[in-house]
Order: sequence, then C-alpha cells, then structure tokens
Amino acid sequence: MSEFTHHQTAHCENGVTVSLLKHHGVDFITEPLAFGMGSGLFYIHIPFMKVNNGPAISFRTMPGAIFKRTCKALDVKVERKKFSDPKEATAFLDSKLAQGLKVGCQVGVFHLPYFPKEYRFHFNAHNLIVFGKEGDRYLVSDPVMEITTSLSTEELERVRFAKGALAPKGHIYYPVEVGEITQDQVRYAIAKGIKRNCRDMLKIPGAIAGVKGIVYTSKKIRGWREKLGPRQAGLYLGQIVRMQEEIGTGGGGFRFLYAAFLEEASVIMQNDQLANISEKITKAGDLWRDSALQMSGIYKGRLTEQKDFDACADLLVEISAVEKEAFQELAKIKF
Amino acid sequence: MKKSEVPQDKSALENFTREVCYVKNENGQYDTELSTGWEAKKVALDEAWKEIERRTSDARERIKKGEASPILYFMEEKLMDFTVLAGYTGIWKFRIKRHLKPGTFSKLSDRVLKRYADAFEISVNELKNFKA
Repeated sequence: MSEFTHHQTAHCENGVTVSLLKHHGVDFITEPLAFGMGSGLFYIHIPFMKVNNGPAISFRTMPGAIFKRTCKALDVKVERKKFSDPKEATAFLDSKLAQGLKVGCQVGVFHLPYFPKEYRFHFNAHNLIVFGKEGDRYLVSDPVMEITTSLSTEELERVRFAKGALAPKGHIYYPVEVGEITQDQVRYAIAKGIKRNCRDMLKIPGAIAGVKGIVYTSKKIRGWREKLGPRQAGLYLGQIVRMQEEIGTGGGGFRFLYAAFLEEASVIMQNDQLANISEKITKAGDLWRDSALQMSGIYKGRLTEQKDFDACADLLVEISAVEKEAFQELAKIKF
Repeated sequence: MKKSEVPQDKSALENFTREVCYVKNENGQYDTELSTGWEAKKVALDEAWKEIERRTSDARERIKKGEASPILYFMEEKLMDFTVLAGYTGIWKFRIKRHLKPGTFSKLSDRVLKRYADAFEISVNELKNFKA
C-alpha cells in the first residue's frame, strides 16, 4: 500500500473516515460529505444525566455512527475488533501494520500526551489513525492536529484502554475492501444521509432530541438561575458552549459543517434548493455563535439578571425554529 | 461565519495545534480556516478548571475535618467520577463509596490501596499518608 497522507479536519471521526477512504483511493470524499452521508448533525439534551458535573448535551450523532454509515452507504467493507487484553490488542495492531494497513483506533483523551492538559478530560470517543511503526514509536495521524505525532507502546495501550463511559476497549477498525464507487452510489449516499438526518432532527418522539430538544434546553436555562444560583448556572452554560464550539465541531455546533455538506451536495445532486437550505443552516450556526456570546457574558460575570438567561433561552427557541424550517424543507425534497 | 470573522484569540491550543473552522469565503462559498481559539469558549474552559480546583480544595477541607478519605481528593484531582474510578481500579462503585469514609479507608489492605494508587498514578505511601 502507498504512502499515507495526513488530513487535518474539524472533527476526529470525520477525519479518520476521510483519511482512511482517501488512502483507499476514494478521492472525492471530503469532511462535509462524510459528515452528511453519515447523518452527523443532531441535538440531544439527556435529562437526569451529568457529564463532568454539567448538563449532558450533544450536537452530533452517536460516536462511531458517521464512519459506519458512510462506509456502508459507499459499499465499503469494514473490519472492527475490540479486546479485553491490552497485549492482545497491541499484537493485533502490529500484525495489521505489518500488512501495510492503516487503522482507526478509538481512544480516551485523558492520557493523550500530545493534547494540551486543559483539554484532557475523561472523554473516550476520540479517534485517530495509526499508520506505521518506527522502533518503539507508533506513528499517529490525529485528525484534529495540524501535523502527525507518535506514541510509545505504553502510551498507546493506555489511551486504547481508557476506562469510564464509552470505554474504547482497544476498538480498532479499518476498511478492507473498497470497490469502484459510481456517481449513482454517491448520489444515493447523499440522499440517504439527508433523509436519515431529517428523521433524527424532526421525528424522534419525546421532547429531548432534534429541534424539540433545543426548546427543551431553552426551558431548562430559564430555570437555572433560580434553581442553581448564578455560579453553577454559569458553569452549566459554559458546558453548553464547550460542547458546541470546542475543537472538533467546526464551529456553531457542527451547523457550519452541515451547511458546507449541503452546499457540496447541491452541486453533486444538481439541486439549487439544497444551496438555499444550506444558507438557512448557516444562519442557525451564526445564531448558535450569538448564543455562545450571550452565554459567555453570563459566565464571565458581566451579565447576572434573569433577563440575561431569558435572552439565551429566546435565542435557542429561535434557532430551533430556523432548524425546524430548514429540515422540513429538506424532508420534502424528492431525490 | 465569514472567513474574515474567524476569531484568532489566545487559548490553551497555543503551541499544540490550531483548529479547523468551516466558514464562508469572499465568494460566499464554504471553505476552511484555521483558528487559534475563541475567547468566549476559552473562558468556559477556564471556568470549568476553576470549578475543578474548587472541588479539589473542598475535598481537602472535608478530609481535614475527618469527613472523607484521601480517595476523594485524588478522584477530584484526576477529574474522575465513580464510573471512571471503578473502571481503572476494578472495584465496584458501591465499595468505592464506602472507601470514601475515613474509618473504612484506614482498614484497607495494601493490595486494595495499590489498585487505587495505580489508578491515581501515585504510590501507596502517598495515598496512605496524604496530608490534607
């Protein structure tokens, strides 16, 4: 197999998907396409659950889903394996590298030495590519980094066997068979990705997921100042902003990334309506950025009144309406 | 967001990496731009760390007063919840909760303490003789 090229992307899982597929000769794949085909956009606010002592909110679909769905839609055969014994996991990785394969690994970031300390929480759904071994060092292409890095055997074992929620258990995955991908298949993958994303944003029963989930959060925010006190409420808002804007999202809670996908899709599908809807999702992304600014005013201690919390909540209600309209239009398109 | 509006603020990413943002270029088309950080979210991360420090010093106070065992301090310091600590030690959550009591902690065998010490990346001595 040929030389490996590192691609930096906004999100780690998109990045692993793009780099591995490109390595197998799928030249047309881009991060927005992988994200859209994998129906990556989402919103969910899980009640009664805490993440790092704050609200459990996500702006994207489940970890692993993007790689799985994109590969499936393009008829790419994938092998994956988990382990209970770290030594076995390392031996398996070595055997795959000896065959010249480049592989995706799920890791925890808490012990990841090349991450800034401030970012090292117990978050176990990070993804990177191991593309070779030199002496005792594994060559690592981490999609959120500008350049490639390397890890020792112990370091890699440690992050592949991080513990806690979503423990990776040495999860390793890689494409094994990539056929000729026709233009029709690409169009099918896009249509399918969009359809599934419309379902996720509009049709999930209950109040916590999709566009309804955004309104759910807005209602919670209105009560936080009273219920938690200004300090704790500020921390909760900070958690929303971090989930929304931190490295890996491309900005605006993945909305800009999805708008970029719709723009690319409108060219491939020759459908101008997709470009119009892309503008609406961009608007949603811009509103998410506005709400982050408003929230930051609160946790900086500059804004302290109930009306400031209400202003955040009002923005979220507006965002929900914009996204609802965009996805309803998207759902009506016949491909 | 427009390409020209991408914030380039100082953040913890400095000297590590810059992050990819999806933005509109001059022609109104999507493009990517690298960013060094955004102040609004930098403050969110800073506040989260201040909260961790506050929780860690709270744990110290409680240990001083004899309300908690050193395990609480190291749990907070290593940002662990019960699920994470149970994962690294192989000890069930409800047992860990008992080990947070100073009385139960003082009776723990070195073998059990070793499992905690390894999870916290410290020595058994440091754990046993922790001075709050």
